[in-house]
Amino acid sequence: MTQSNSRTKSELSKDRRSFLKLTTASMAAVGTTFAIWPFIDSMNPSADVLALGSKEFDLSNITKGSSKTVKWRGKPIFIKHRTKQEINEARNVKLTELKDPQKDEDRVIKPEWLIVVGVCSHLGCIPLGQKKTDAKGDFNGWFCPCHGSHYDSSGRVRKGPAPKNLQIPKYKFINENKIKVG
Amino acid sequence: MSKKFKNKTLAWLDYRLPVFGILREALVDHPTPRNLNYWWNFGSLAGITLIIMIVSGLVLSMHYVPHVDLAFDSVEHIMRDVNYGWLIRYIHSVGSSMFFLIVYIHIARGLYYGSYKSPREVLWWLGIIIFLLMIATAFLGYTLPWGQMSFWGATVITNLFTAIPLVGDNVVTWLLGGFSIDNPTLNRFYSFHYLLPFIIVGVVFLHIVALHKVGSNNPTGIDLNLKKEKIPFHPYYTIKDFFGFGVFFIIFGIFVFFLPNSLGHPNNYIPADPLVTPEHIVPEWYFLPFYAILRAIPFKLLGVLAMLGSILILFVLPWLDTCKVKSCRFRPIYKQFFWIFIFNFIVLGWVGSKVPEGHYLIISRICTGYYFTHFLIILPVLGMFEKTLPVPLNIFEKQKVKKKYK
Amino acid sequence: MAKKFFYIIFSFFLLIPNLFGLTSSDPQISLKKQNWIFEGLFGRYDNSSLQRGLQIYQEVCSACHGMKRLRFRELKDLGFTDVQIKKYAETFEILDGPNELGEMFFRPGEPSDTFVSPFKNKEEAKASFGGAYPPDLSLLTKTMKNGPDYIYSLLTGYEETPPQGFELTDGLYYNPYHDGKVIAMPPPLYDNVIEYIDGTGASLHQLSYDIVIFLNWAAEPELQKRKSLGLKFLLFLIVLTLLLYVTMKEIWSKIEK
Repeated sequence: MTQSNSRTKSELSKDRRSFLKLTTASMAAVGTTFAIWPFIDSMNPSADVLALGSKEFDLSNITKGSSKTVKWRGKPIFIKHRTKQEINEARNVKLTELKDPQKDEDRVIKPEWLIVVGVCSHLGCIPLGQKKTDAKGDFNGWFCPCHGSHYDSSGRVRKGPAPKNLQIPKYKFINENKIKVG
Repeated sequence: MSKKFKNKTLAWLDYRLPVFGILREALVDHPTPRNLNYWWNFGSLAGITLIIMIVSGLVLSMHYVPHVDLAFDSVEHIMRDVNYGWLIRYIHSVGSSMFFLIVYIHIARGLYYGSYKSPREVLWWLGIIIFLLMIATAFLGYTLPWGQMSFWGATVITNLFTAIPLVGDNVVTWLLGGFSIDNPTLNRFYSFHYLLPFIIVGVVFLHIVALHKVGSNNPTGIDLNLKKEKIPFHPYYTIKDFFGFGVFFIIFGIFVFFLPNSLGHPNNYIPADPLVTPEHIVPEWYFLPFYAILRAIPFKLLGVLAMLGSILILFVLPWLDTCKVKSCRFRPIYKQFFWIFIFNFIVLGWVGSKVPEGHYLIISRICTGYYFTHFLIILPVLGMFEKTLPVPLNIFEKQKVKKKYK
Repeated sequence: MAKKFFYIIFSFFLLIPNLFGLTSSDPQISLKKQNWIFEGLFGRYDNSSLQRGLQIYQEVCSACHGMKRLRFRELKDLGFTDVQIKKYAETFEILDGPNELGEMFFRPGEPSDTFVSPFKNKEEAKASFGGAYPPDLSLLTKTMKNGPDYIYSLLTGYEETPPQGFELTDGLYYNPYHDGKVIAMPPPLYDNVIEYIDGTGASLHQLSYDIVIFLNWAAEPELQKRKSLGLKFLLFLIVLTLLLYVTMKEIWSKIEK
């Protein structure tokens, strides 16, 4: 009787010992993970970078037919005040002709304002077409001089090596003349 | 000697690059004296603090800008805008104080137990080299926030080099990259502050290799020859070291989270102004004893030599201390002098924060004199005349004796 | 013996904060110690106090003192909404540019802008005050030992009457807490110098108390987060260290003594 008792006792103490070690080890592991997090998080955008993540832009100075370049998150944004002709041109294009099919209506909130990120989807150059004297490409939009991609008046890729249309950033109208991007 | 790994992958790798074998020998199997007390935790504590300083420093370096017009602002950017920037900055600034505290205790342990004596002289030298590198790293690092104390502390210390006869002024101009502490200085200080810790890592590696070659000292100071006097490092000392880490992190945490600026100088929150000298230029607390020695001696060159000498003298300590008995446990007279030395060192630190005038100056001179007397006169003489207590043959014997008198 | 060693080293370490207190050459008159809610293990900020402090800064201090490290968006900590902060920022004129014509221009403030300093630079400030420079307040409480108590004592110290025969130069004011016992700043606060928006009585004590809390927040905005994280950290560590201790004893019990 006593022999089996003492065996259980040492077994119990072995269990207690491994439970103790397991608890301590797991607590230490959890603690280490929590301790490492601040170092990793410090590499995330800091408060000042995040604060500049969204910016407001005034549209009142941009006349119909002209296009303005502004800076947002370090990238150029093309704000184009489109004429009726440019809008119709964009809307009359058949989707089957497009490499990256997208309806013009899906790319704008108000049809006379086209807002795109001015970075070519091929390898990142800034397309020409903002100034009246710039080359606009074969589709009356933008032309990327690096490798010859053509974009139309909705910023969609029509010719050349670019795989996707010019990106539409997240934006909204605060009032008639102001947008907030980001 | 090289046990076979059960795991096939480890065995394959270890045959080609014996990393795991070496690690296992060093951290797992390594025979360690079984009677080590808590004063032996400070080596691993220094190691973990070094790692913490390098990791926190690395992250800080992602946001810090080493330009005189931007440095102070970049540190404030870290404190206010960078996620957990305040935490990492405080870890780094409090960490340097912790590092020195730990290393001072580690050195004191060496002095008390005679760890510098044969066959550990090279181990001791490597330690002093690490200490000197730490001093350089900390000095360089303190200038980086470009506060008032950063600027003026750097000015005072770099001016010391003008004490070098003949070429002093040219050396200073070369060090500064200009005629006063300015942007070229800040940039190169940053560059070296980044580099030195990795050199420290290299010397620490050699320090550990030297240690493993001769084996750890122990509180009795005797050489351990019996097999059962030693136990494997793992699990006994790994868990003891982890426990030590736990206690250390509590103290570290108290300072980082609740008293982060208590060990620093408030003047360093004022941006550096080359046209305004602060009332008192004082270095961080861990430099105060050496600062006191420097200012105790009225002649510039002698003061510099004394300050350097106070550390360099440690290199010859194994030969200055002529006693064959290592541990203070069996050296009742030297033990008293050890405590007096520690007390003297603390007083030196206290007086280093004061203006070197009047009775403060007198105290600093007495304490400086005593510091060198301890090494140059007391130690050699004691070795010849001290009646040491009988040293046990092995570590068990002492315990038997202890039990007898219970 | 080892214990004695430990206590000596540890007590020395605790003495360090006091070491610097003893280095001031002036035998300081003892500061009026206050109970600050941000001090201690459970220190935190009180939004209503901070908002009152902001009001004091806005209406009294900002005429001469800058706050260049504080950004409007950081006022979120005080309990203001994004809309309120945007409106507040817009009341300030920020110098920006150059525009397409190469000129600098003024525009309404945005939340990401810093508070506007009353002077372009230190030199202009000094020139306006005959050489005395009103320091930027962003880090003020951290630039001196016992910053909060010192600033409180200073602001309430103008009431002290100078001792007999004390020579007071024109343009300077007597204040026993300032270096040299005189200060160029005229007393900025007195009873009811402003009317608090939230209706609290604006006694000199209340004003001084609120502005110090605001200044401490401006210097240490992370304080509340730091201390609460600290408590969690210490609690966790104490438990873990106890566990480590018990595990250590358990492992070492295998060795016969």
